[in-house]
Amino acid sequence: MKRLISAALAVVSLLSFASAALAAAPIKIGALFAVTGPASFLGEPERNAAQMVVDEINKAGGIKGRKLELVVYDTGGDATKAVQLANKLIKNDHVVAIVGPSTTGDTMAVIPVVEKAHIPMISCSAGIKITEPVKKYVFKTAQNDTLAVARIYEQLKKERKSKVAILTVSDSFGSSGREQLKSQASRYGIEIVADDTYGPKDPDMTAQLTKIRGSKAQALICWGTNPGPAVIARNAQQLGLKLPLYMSHGVSSKKFIDLAGDAAEGIRLPSGKVLVADLLPKTDKQKGSLLAFVKDYQRHFSAAGDHFGGHAWDAVMLLKGAIERGGDTPDGIRNQLEATRGFAGIGGVFSYSPRDHAGLTKDAFVLVEVKKKDWALVK
Amino acid sequence: MKSDKLKFLVFCLVVFALPLPLSTGYLTNVLIFVGINSMLALGLNLLLGYAGQISLGQAAFFGLGAYGSGVLTTQYAFDPWLSMVLVALVVAGFAFAIGFPVLRLKGHYLAMATLGVGVIAHIAFNETVDLTGGPSGLSGIPNLSIGSFSFDSDLKNYYLVWSFALAVILLSLNLVNSRYGRALRAIHDSEVAARVMGVNARLMKVQVFTLSALISAIAGSLYCHVMTFISPTSFGFNISVELLTMVVIGGLGSVYGSILGALLLTLLPELLRTFQDYDIVVYGLLLVCMTIYLPGGMVRGIPALLRRLVPARSGNA
Amino acid sequence: MDLLNQITQFVISGLATGAIYALIGLSFAIIFNSTGIINFAQGEFVMLGGVMTIFALNVLKLPLLAAVVAAVLGTTAVGLAFERLAIRPLKNATPLSLIIITIGASILIRGVVMLLWGKDTQVLPPFSGNTPLEIAGATLLPQHLWIFGVTILVIVASRLFFHHTISGKAMRACSFNRKAANLVGISVGRMVLLSFVISSALGSLAGVIIAPLTMTAYDVGVMLGLKGFCAAIMGGMGSGLGTVLGGIILGTLESLGAGLISSGYKDAIAFLILLLILFLRPQGLFKKGETERV
Repeated sequence: MKRLISAALAVVSLLSFASAALAAAPIKIGALFAVTGPASFLGEPERNAAQMVVDEINKAGGIKGRKLELVVYDTGGDATKAVQLANKLIKNDHVVAIVGPSTTGDTMAVIPVVEKAHIPMISCSAGIKITEPVKKYVFKTAQNDTLAVARIYEQLKKERKSKVAILTVSDSFGSSGREQLKSQASRYGIEIVADDTYGPKDPDMTAQLTKIRGSKAQALICWGTNPGPAVIARNAQQLGLKLPLYMSHGVSSKKFIDLAGDAAEGIRLPSGKVLVADLLPKTDKQKGSLLAFVKDYQRHFSAAGDHFGGHAWDAVMLLKGAIERGGDTPDGIRNQLEATRGFAGIGGVFSYSPRDHAGLTKDAFVLVEVKKKDWALVK
Repeated sequence: MKSDKLKFLVFCLVVFALPLPLSTGYLTNVLIFVGINSMLALGLNLLLGYAGQISLGQAAFFGLGAYGSGVLTTQYAFDPWLSMVLVALVVAGFAFAIGFPVLRLKGHYLAMATLGVGVIAHIAFNETVDLTGGPSGLSGIPNLSIGSFSFDSDLKNYYLVWSFALAVILLSLNLVNSRYGRALRAIHDSEVAARVMGVNARLMKVQVFTLSALISAIAGSLYCHVMTFISPTSFGFNISVELLTMVVIGGLGSVYGSILGALLLTLLPELLRTFQDYDIVVYGLLLVCMTIYLPGGMVRGIPALLRRLVPARSGNA
Repeated sequence: MDLLNQITQFVISGLATGAIYALIGLSFAIIFNSTGIINFAQGEFVMLGGVMTIFALNVLKLPLLAAVVAAVLGTTAVGLAFERLAIRPLKNATPLSLIIITIGASILIRGVVMLLWGKDTQVLPPFSGNTPLEIAGATLLPQHLWIFGVTILVIVASRLFFHHTISGKAMRACSFNRKAANLVGISVGRMVLLSFVISSALGSLAGVIIAPLTMTAYDVGVMLGLKGFCAAIMGGMGSGLGTVLGGIILGTLESLGAGLISSGYKDAIAFLILLLILFLRPQGLFKKGETERV
């Protein structure tokens, strides 16, 4: 009898050991970032941040004893490649969820693939089309352009400026911004008196700015990512353009101030709070996450963490939360993601719902101004 | 002639059997794009390899095909097959019209003019936001379907795309071996001599240009229905250059060479992924080395290289 | 008056941009004339000039002038290596495989620069301050004067070189007829090498003087190379005044197109006019027609 019991105990312990070993198999998460190509300024910090946070989760013992494994592929900002690689992540690597892609174009291309395969994806790009209308498996962490536009327009309205000129870059970031600037203008009683664009690699924008100088605009809003806005800032200084200059969150990093030099002084832009983490009041819910992220990123990559990296950080942390709350299957993760409430990350405080897969309010943005080569909050 | 037919049949068999061992993997998906790139490379090869006319704007016709089909099916609810035919005809007509002034140019002037056509088309895709969705792309393009059978999986699309690709291969093979093909090669060798012998060189060049645009447009339509999303970055100058590279690396004037080139350049980024950040350097190095060491392209270069290696070995032994 | 003022500004800005295109176009034409190669890696020389200057300035802590010299020398070394390693080994190459080689080389150079110096955009401080100057109601930066100055200097120098030195005359002889040049004892190989050296030096110089205005990164070369190619074609691929005028016309067209018609379509307008020029004058704007030898 005794022998039987010990044998039974042995079997049971063996079984539980086996299931523990099984449970310890890593959870595979896929990532698609534009690490090379024209959008590498997004993809590189995103990859770095994602890898950093996954390493940290693993160092702390993983999620419920299971490690995470991040499989990263570089899309190069090419939609065809992004689709191929999404297929590879799903069919060859059998990931349970995907973080990224970095650009709106890549994301839009990949959406049909993940929707068909029922794999949840948290995009790190900003385009409003990604989550409007809501797609069942698609979420995103980057703040909608809508919110950034609203921040600027609110400020203009407060200052009673009603005529603006817009100058946007002719890529997906700029055209999405241009669309929002135009569609929201009337709601704030704002009239767009000049609407111009420039190419991402144009060497000189004085022609557009000269035209804008000749218009009745009271402010200039420029939507683009480095280096264009820095060239515009310098050209504006050259022409002696006196208009208040607003930029987009696409240039909210120290790099912009470096590039634009003196010309950056006085320029305002909506930004994620990561830029001004140490200036935030103690009561701010995000302050903890922000300071931790900035410190970590500085330690690992000896560079200032920007909000692009923050998008990937948020995405991985959101996944971690969803997996912890009881999902390691794609559908479980999706359902738990949708149930996320009040997660204070880098981009803002996320609350997803069945009708909102973007999850942020306009509090995600603060308006900052360049003062003495540094960022200051606009009150 | 007979061995040509046999070769083609064997090739067909390989194409049809290929997905069977990898039907679940993502490789099927990559092979779809190999098929589309093969069509594009073959179209360019007709122009470049046989008629000797360079084009740096091939992506324009590819893009016009894709955007034509994409816009007609999403904005105007056209039937995908009907729009494919319409778009192919319109693009061919457009190519025929610009062919006369463009192909009057030679050498680097021709390169510049075709490049200009490519750049203008690319700007048009970007700027006509209301129609094309601009830089953020056009989504929601339907899959192709026959009756209630929809080409909605990789495997189905693989067979769809490769049926078209095989048709283009067959067309190229027949064209090359015909009287017409010989006349084309005469233009390649010496346009003046060909003209003296009574070949209407100018018209023939425009005809080949038109045919090559037509094939590219059809490839574009297929691409948009397979991807169900298109954006201007897929039809830029770098794509034109990549196509040119496929044809030259594969072997100018060789039908199977173009397919080999398409296969290699489509799979290369995949194969180079092990090099991680170094992949772009290795890619550039490979291009340079292959052009230096395989001057006739892979179809001629690899057998020649083998021949040089094999006797050398037997000599040592 | 207001519109007139605007147009003055458009033209002046266009002239400045055009001068850049002209410099790059000249460096294009020099290689083309001695080898018949359309060098698609030309833009990478421009990029190397800017990136290397910034490296020498910020990391090696050289003074500006020394940094510029180092960058031009560095780029020239790359041009030299390029000719020796990639162009020379090809015997009886077709123009097409030469195109592919230069494309491969441009990808390679871009990749190496990306690995060595990263992907970030960087900026060079302007050579002589940032205070705008006013000319006829339009404004210019001191850096623009540098661009004009260097362009004029290069035109004069190349005129002197190609018409008044033995090497220059030998290079011109090669461009007219390589076989004949060889027969009269000119070493064509050496002339080809020389053309790569001059062209890469010129390209990098262009890269250096524009870096304070346009900023630079590993991937700026493609676009600048294309525009330079355009300028050279407009001028009929000559290495003289034609190319310079081609560049200036291109720059001014872009600027006027952006200012007066549509900024989104400005490149399309420039290319459309280029196409028209090609259709009407297939041999370029400033070149007499030649009959083809059979």
